[in-house]
Amino acid sequence: MTRRWAERVMGLLFLLCGLTAVALLALIAAYLFLSGLPAIRELGLGPFLLGRTWDPDTLQFGILPLLLASLWATAGAVVLGVPAGFFTALFLAKAAPPRLAGLVRGAVDLLAGMPSVVVGLVGMTVLVPLLRERLSLPAGDTLLAAILMLAVMLLPPVIAVSQDALAAVPAAYEEASLALGATPEETWLRVTAPAARSGLAAAAALGVGRALGEATAVLMVAGNVANMPSLLSSVRLLTTGIAIEMNYAAPGSLHRQALFSIALVLFVLVVLVNILLTLALRRGRGAR
Amino acid sequence: MMSLGRRIYSGAVRLMLWASASAVCALLLWLSGCVLFRGVPGLSLELLTSQESVLHGTVGILPAAVNTLFVIAVTLALVLPLGVGAAVYLSEYAPSRRLAGAITFAADALAGLPSILYAMAGVILFCSALGLQKTLLAGALTLAVMNLPTVIRSTQESLRAVPRSCREGALGLGSGRWHMVRTLVLPASAGGIATGCMLAVGRVAGESAVLLYTAGLSTAMQDFTSLRGMAGASGATLTTVLYLYAKERADFAAAFSVATVLLALQLAIHLGTALAGRRRRR
Repeated sequence: MTRRWAERVMGLLFLLCGLTAVALLALIAAYLFLSGLPAIRELGLGPFLLGRTWDPDTLQFGILPLLLASLWATAGAVVLGVPAGFFTALFLAKAAPPRLAGLVRGAVDLLAGMPSVVVGLVGMTVLVPLLRERLSLPAGDTLLAAILMLAVMLLPPVIAVSQDALAAVPAAYEEASLALGATPEETWLRVTAPAARSGLAAAAALGVGRALGEATAVLMVAGNVANMPSLLSSVRLLTTGIAIEMNYAAPGSLHRQALFSIALVLFVLVVLVNILLTLALRRGRGAR
Repeated sequence: MMSLGRRIYSGAVRLMLWASASAVCALLLWLSGCVLFRGVPGLSLELLTSQESVLHGTVGILPAAVNTLFVIAVTLALVLPLGVGAAVYLSEYAPSRRLAGAITFAADALAGLPSILYAMAGVILFCSALGLQKTLLAGALTLAVMNLPTVIRSTQESLRAVPRSCREGALGLGSGRWHMVRTLVLPASAGGIATGCMLAVGRVAGESAVLLYTAGLSTAMQDFTSLRGMAGASGATLTTVLYLYAKERADFAAAFSVATVLLALQLAIHLGTALAGRRRRR
């Protein structure tokens, strides 16, 4: 009798754990919307998204510079980081001798575990002065530095996901290609990679999401002036726009509400990227 | 005989692969080299075992280290039962596919949110709505939500590795579902769950954005001797104290020493994960 009760209670408890995940997501989404909307309603969606000036002192809250800087920084980081990550994954999955692959995998894991403040610290003390001297700029805190930081931060997840995708391609495809006289390298790029394209697309989307959302490492190197973005000047991204002022904005002020509106914009962007990611993965699963 | 063009193509591709992999390794060596080179000289017993004193002008990171451990412990205590429970429900119970789909969707969506959004959500949900203010507890709650998908996913994966025939055998002998989960499925997948925990610990130890806005920035020792003290404790962890030193005070020597400690911590976590994985494979 007690055992049957235990069974019932535990079944309910497990259900409750599962429902908690759903409830938390709903709560987070609802609160991000609720706290993000007031400032947008007060300022108007057009002026908020397309305004060129962000200046809390004069109550001007236009996030176009932040939005564009985020898009440029993400694009730059993806262009640099995703191909490098893809080639490293191909190396690990196909070209590397097993022993060496184990070592490089360990290095990728350690890179993944490197806290973003530590990467940011090296960025601000080594990379930023280097850029200033080499490019003879007044200051090294630039969009370029932000792009390099983001490229480092998105490498490990991109490598991990594309490696899984490449390893899941059936060996028969490659054997057929090799038997027809193609070199291993031709096989990897023209048979294996196309067969794994949905997984690779998912890896790229993951990289985009990571780059869009990374805050701390960029915060330490980007200079954080809300300029319209250009490669060699200081920029403020959506993430750093929130981060730099969050601890200073007075509770209840329009300024603080505007920060939550930036969070809402970021949330919408990230959700869009994740939908693309899910679609890419689902298509891959359907094809297999 | 292969044409020259094809031979050049193949050689170039191989070169690219080796070059990319070497670049990634070089990046790791460069980053950790920079940190160790500037951080190791500043390490001392005094730094690790004292709190900072404005009076003597000394820096000590004991409070930050204790805060980090506290946040890790509280986060794990919250996320482990929740995540394992949700994964068990998904793999072992889940009578309706629609509900299971909703839970999986929620976990995937939570996994995709960047930490700065968790920080904002934590500020609204735990600091304001629950009235916790900026405390380590609020930070740990936020981090528990953030790591929920990680634990769910790795637990699910290791549950999947338990053969179906074992479950059928247990159920066929008259075991209830919970009895089967408790005596068979969970023990068999303990290694995988441990790996998931280590992943979560690594993420918590390295997380900064969430803690900067939910956990406070005090560098003084907090009172962990009573429950009330623990609930109200508010201060910087190793990551946020590093940010504080580097960005607000421009004390780079201290910042690099903290970075060295963080790298050592991550290395230990990495080795722990590898060990758990090896034991699982055996």
